[in-house]
Amino acid sequence: MENFSLILAIVVVTALAFDFTNGFHDTANAMATTISTGAMKPKAAVAMSAVLNLVGAFLSIEVANTISKGLVDESGIQPEVIFAALVGAILWNLLTWLVGLPSSSSHALMGGLIGATIASAGMGAVHGDVLVTKVLIPAIAAPLVAGLAAMLATRLTYRLGRNANGEAAKKGYRSGQIASAGLVSLAHGTNDAQKTMGIITLALVTGGAIAPDSDPPVWVILSAGLAIALGTYLGGWRIIRTMGKGLTDLQPQQGFAAQTSAATVILASSHLGFSLSTTHSVSGSVMGAGLGRKGGVVRWSTATRMFAAWGLTLPAAALVAAIAEYVTSFGTWGTAFVAVFLIASSAAIWVVSRREVVDHTNVNDTDDTNVDDTNDTEETTDVMSTAIAAVTPPPPGHVEEPDTEPATRTATV
Amino acid sequence: MHIDWAALGSVFGVSLIVTVALVGAFTLGIAGLSRRESASAQGDSAPLATTGAYACFAACAAAVAYGIYLIVA
Repeated sequence: MENFSLILAIVVVTALAFDFTNGFHDTANAMATTISTGAMKPKAAVAMSAVLNLVGAFLSIEVANTISKGLVDESGIQPEVIFAALVGAILWNLLTWLVGLPSSSSHALMGGLIGATIASAGMGAVHGDVLVTKVLIPAIAAPLVAGLAAMLATRLTYRLGRNANGEAAKKGYRSGQIASAGLVSLAHGTNDAQKTMGIITLALVTGGAIAPDSDPPVWVILSAGLAIALGTYLGGWRIIRTMGKGLTDLQPQQGFAAQTSAATVILASSHLGFSLSTTHSVSGSVMGAGLGRKGGVVRWSTATRMFAAWGLTLPAAALVAAIAEYVTSFGTWGTAFVAVFLIASSAAIWVVSRREVVDHTNVNDTDDTNVDDTNDTEETTDVMSTAIAAVTPPPPGHVEEPDTEPATRTATV
Repeated sequence: MHIDWAALGSVFGVSLIVTVALVGAFTLGIAGLSRRESASAQGDSAPLATTGAYACFAACAAAVAYGIYLIVA
């Protein structure tokens, strides 16, 4: 395989790593409400979501093709640029996972691509209006649409079902939630696994390993599907906790209304040509469901932190990617340095996460371990700031530090 | 700068209507089944409520099938 250069192999591996983080980052979207309301056991929920993600990956290659064919000019893009973009996206995904905040993996990837492109081709390569129409407006619209729909649906279901309690009602809400969560998982698999396929295919085309305008090779589809399914199965328990318990307290009725609203918004938006982020839709619908129940509360401190993370996703990933691209431009040792840096900081984030393990056994435990939810999340952010302090010396990746600090308002514990 | 307000508006409208309709239908189905449950507890049956409930669930199943169709297509 003379065409399959080392940098290409690195890009493929990094893309699969991103796919993996994408999977566990977004498990929460499909399964947080199902897990927190007890409709499914945590392990069973993530297993089901993983299978559906895998199935979704095989359903079509349309999204992959829009990325790999025609969106960017293949001749102008180097594998190094894609590599740098992926580094930015992965680090942002891991960092937000560490603090347990749901944020859009697609925005991270987009930010990474933008940053890397600016670093290699200059400011002119990015279209500001596209940024507004494709990123900013959807990010504001998604939670509003999904939230409003979920709020009205929650009110309605409480009203219509006020006489319905007992075994039949319980079973009904449970299966309703599982069905809508399944739809979200399937939609996620077709969308997000395919983004990675598209990226890998794009890299293969730019590296000259396959002909331009090829469909993704089978091994690409298979490995991307498996990577996202594995990530989903391992579960981003920290994010699931925030989404299922941190934003509001969900009862089965609310979980059902929220998940149905999210599934509808995701499908309607992608079908009607105004694609909205899965993460933003689900977070919005969870909050809407929280507001829809009488006496329901939304923890705005957690929500605000989440919004801040959304705002930072694109610029932070872009910044990391830009620096990574700058370093890789020094040649082979630069690329090697970025690769080592990516592995080292991922490992560091993982080590820090072990200080306070969140997994399937305690994902629903916020109320037991800490009386007040804010306490809990603040503890996590504190772990994070110590983490950042600990992993200095700070080359590329840690430029987010000043950005994240004010957003998280760390309390001294 | 071109913002596709029409697409955004239709996403807004469709999502709102479909969500509320789906959740409403499903809840009616649940309410019907739970009425049958309490009726059969008293040795009674509630044919109307039961049929209505299954009609509601069928409508929801159709909506889910359409959703899957949208994903695949």
